[in-house]
Amino acid sequence: MAKESFFKPFYTVLVLAFVCSFLVSLASVGLRPRQEANRALEQKKNILLAAGLYQQDADIDELFAKIEPRIINLASGNFVEKNTLSVKDFDQLGSTNDKKMSRLLPKDNDPAGLRRLEKYSLVYLVRTGNKLSKIILPVRGKGLWSTMYGYVALNGDFQTICGIAFYEHGETPGLGGEIENPAWLNKWQGKKIYNENKEVVLKVAKGSSKATGEAAQFEVDGLSGATLTGDGVERLFHFWFDKQGFKPFLERLQQREGKNG
Amino acid sequence: MAETPRQLLIHPILQRNPIALLVLGICSALAVTGKLSTAFVMSVCVTVVVAFSSLTISIVRHHIPSSVRIGIQITVIATMVILVDQILKAFYFDLSKQLSIYVGLIITNCIVMGRAEGFAMNNPPKASFIDGIGNGLGYGFVLMVVAFIRELFGSGSLFGYEVLKLTSNGGWYVRNGLLLLPASAFFLIALLIWLLRTIDPDQQENN
Repeated sequence: MAKESFFKPFYTVLVLAFVCSFLVSLASVGLRPRQEANRALEQKKNILLAAGLYQQDADIDELFAKIEPRIINLASGNFVEKNTLSVKDFDQLGSTNDKKMSRLLPKDNDPAGLRRLEKYSLVYLVRTGNKLSKIILPVRGKGLWSTMYGYVALNGDFQTICGIAFYEHGETPGLGGEIENPAWLNKWQGKKIYNENKEVVLKVAKGSSKATGEAAQFEVDGLSGATLTGDGVERLFHFWFDKQGFKPFLERLQQREGKNG
Repeated sequence: MAETPRQLLIHPILQRNPIALLVLGICSALAVTGKLSTAFVMSVCVTVVVAFSSLTISIVRHHIPSSVRIGIQITVIATMVILVDQILKAFYFDLSKQLSIYVGLIITNCIVMGRAEGFAMNNPPKASFIDGIGNGLGYGFVLMVVAFIRELFGSGSLFGYEVLKLTSNGGWYVRNGLLLLPASAFFLIALLIWLLRTIDPDQQENN
């Protein structure tokens, strides 16, 4: 072992820290563009998955070209002009940390457990010909352990689910983690969110759904062993499709499209 | 008694396996053994980190003051882990997503530190490097065995390919829910240790 002098530990540590931090920052800066490209691609893939447009072998960017991303003001439901906020630079989740871009949710009216809600949100529109055929909305909410992030795609009738996808969560693998199982996600197709009075009535059942007839379209089978995660998913829908979430936007859009069509 | 490079490489797999004999590195062995694919990537990552951190520490071992040696070892290990993590994120994004925080937690994997302190500090670079690879392989061996059992009986698949058709997908096999939970790895590792120590009584501790 090295002979000890008083100063030796200090400068050894200094030199080492310098070398190590140099290596780490080199890797971090050098690989960042690639990592961000990966992340962006992953987002696009999940949006396509939710909308049911994903194809295994096709180029994701090419598929995504059909989708029109827009930014909306959640409270008013209006589109934000492209020159005010650009889709490319807008960081929706990051904006929840910005006091100007988000607001604190009242404790008694925060079913999804978000604490802070952004003022602006990204939405993705798909048009077939002139007609709006799909609307894909980013959602998130607390499950049992973690915040679950996903996308919900609606059909052109503004209330039937075309597909959903969860892309990030920390639920128990094999139990709550089954929210990313395609077999379960497929069960959401064709379910309806709003009843005649425009209230969110969609439910996640405990175990298999026993609802029949009319009621069946408002109820999705739960995941066995994951009641609390299922509750979280249900609350997430109740939050994001109600007044504080996308309801104003969906109503606005429906009026607009009605006029155009 | 100095071991030959061959022994350095092979002994840590069965004779003095870091998990089975020294019971180090249990935490990550519980966390990433739900699936073979994650266990495999984790094994590769740990092997790379142990080998290169042992190599680095061994090269500079004569210049490390003993009063701050632990801190220096940790700094070297942390640097290696961050590099591995960054590379995974850039080139194997899907895998890094599955491993999530566990790559970062290699830093706290006792095997890495154990080899640095126990071997690399007193041995030349080449031997340290081989010793690192050997221990990584030993760790990987246990991980793969545990992951094989957990994935086969917990999810009915191997490397993601369906082997036993699950009832939840319309098949006949009722999955073993316990095996999906990290705690089940405790039982499997314990059984494995028992097995190894029965076959090779030298590994048993003297009372």
